[in-house]
Amino acid sequence: MEKELWKGNEAIAEAAIRAGCNCFFGYPITPQSEVPEYMSVHLPKAGGVFVQSESEVAAINMVYGAAGSGMRAMTSSSSPGISLKQEGISYMAGAELPCVIVNCMRGGPGLGTIQPGQGDYYQATRGGGNGDYRTVVLSPSNVQEAVDFVQEAFDIADQYRNPVMVVMDGLIGQMMEPIEWRPVPKRDLPPKDWATTGRKGRDHHNVINSLYMDPEECDRHNEHLWEKYALMEKNEVRWEEISCEDAEVVITAYGTPARIALTAIEMLREEGLKVGLFRPITLWPFPEDALRKLSKAGHVKAFLDVEMSSCGQMMDDVRLSVEGRKPIRYLGHAGGVMPTAEEIVDAAKAALKEGA
Amino acid sequence: MKKQIIISGFGGQGGLAIGKNLAEAGMAEGLNVTWAPSYGPEMRGGTANCSVVLSDKPVGSPVFARSTELIALNEPSLVKFEAGVLPGGMVFVNSDVVTDKVSRQDLTAYYIPCARIAEEVGNPKVGNMVMLGAYVAGTKILKPETIEAMIQEMFAGPKAKFIPLNIEAFRRGMACIS
Repeated sequence: MEKELWKGNEAIAEAAIRAGCNCFFGYPITPQSEVPEYMSVHLPKAGGVFVQSESEVAAINMVYGAAGSGMRAMTSSSSPGISLKQEGISYMAGAELPCVIVNCMRGGPGLGTIQPGQGDYYQATRGGGNGDYRTVVLSPSNVQEAVDFVQEAFDIADQYRNPVMVVMDGLIGQMMEPIEWRPVPKRDLPPKDWATTGRKGRDHHNVINSLYMDPEECDRHNEHLWEKYALMEKNEVRWEEISCEDAEVVITAYGTPARIALTAIEMLREEGLKVGLFRPITLWPFPEDALRKLSKAGHVKAFLDVEMSSCGQMMDDVRLSVEGRKPIRYLGHAGGVMPTAEEIVDAAKAALKEGA
Repeated sequence: MKKQIIISGFGGQGGLAIGKNLAEAGMAEGLNVTWAPSYGPEMRGGTANCSVVLSDKPVGSPVFARSTELIALNEPSLVKFEAGVLPGGMVFVNSDVVTDKVSRQDLTAYYIPCARIAEEVGNPKVGNMVMLGAYVAGTKILKPETIEAMIQEMFAGPKAKFIPLNIEAFRRGMACIS
């Protein structure tokens, strides 16, 4: 298959169109503006609908409406814009509506900076909206993965009738890399017989709603949702381990820091130091069992978590998996500063000392 | 083999396009490539830049603190990025705009009069193609034929009239490296 050079954001938009996305609603914000820009030109040509909404709040509610009528709907934004969409995401989880939401993350909090960031991990994995809900969160660390995951995300969303997020730092959106338009796994999906497309002789009206006035009924609804989330935890968890078989220090990182870590690991291995990478691909469900297993391995002396966030948000999940068995060091920058391979090398050496 | 190249200049000088051309050509030759642009406030300070990696192994980090080569299209870019070039590295300076010289002794410096050559060739816009030629000749990392084939493809159809001009600029840039 021939390789093509694509910019992350444009590739994501094209991937969505190829996955049958027929409604896109968005609002420009750096560093994701190429997604709506590309969509505005190409989605109508493919027979779909593109609307540049008046705000991010409007965009996510348009997604709600389109998804409710059975469309493959999508929106994208960057951190502050994703914050504005949280109410809509919670409503869609409550109303069991499938959609794909792309967050091309920048530094925060507030308006922060337009440079790449990973400070929205808590928001994506814990839910930035109200109520007990979950979304599958896929995190690509190169443009090929971004393309593959966006296509798969529509199927995952439809399978569970739930929003799916594709979360990446701004660099993945801005950079260009060769990709192949390779086939992605297709799922056997149930018909959308719940969509509000008109009664058409059915014996009942389809209703899309997240409001349950009767607490018992709301409780049962939540139970049903949690059964669904348990299935996602069982079936959707993904991760990658690189050079972990003999690693004394395991670096945990996702997105761009995972790539930088690979460069650092190459440098460390040249010096004879055994360092590997554990890369969560789904941030939720987090690959807890796999990381727990690794933390029990005798050869693993310590962990080093690397993120583009100041406090180490994924670090919480790493801790919950490692459960105190091994020391965990943290290296992070926020505000749009990326860790360098040299910094990671130094931190890994410090981790090795700590774990010895 | 791994090249980590910084190309930097004023917006409009074609620096990001040089980087894109290098990435495209690298990909055509079967290398692993990445192209990462600066999209922040530095663009306004005159150092709009991109980072390109060409490697025979999968690319880890697409951004880097130390470069193997620097292409400086303007003065602020040389000031900002010279220190980050790895010892033994190369610096390609757009000498029509940059009056300073490369100060480090451990680097190979090439001074390319991009604007003057572009004028001679007949269009000031092809200054970046001159620089691309210099880079290809200086590093020998990519085949000139690959770049020329890419230029043919880039200006296919109604833009075909620009092909000879760009190829001429590219070759004149190569000729700057002796």
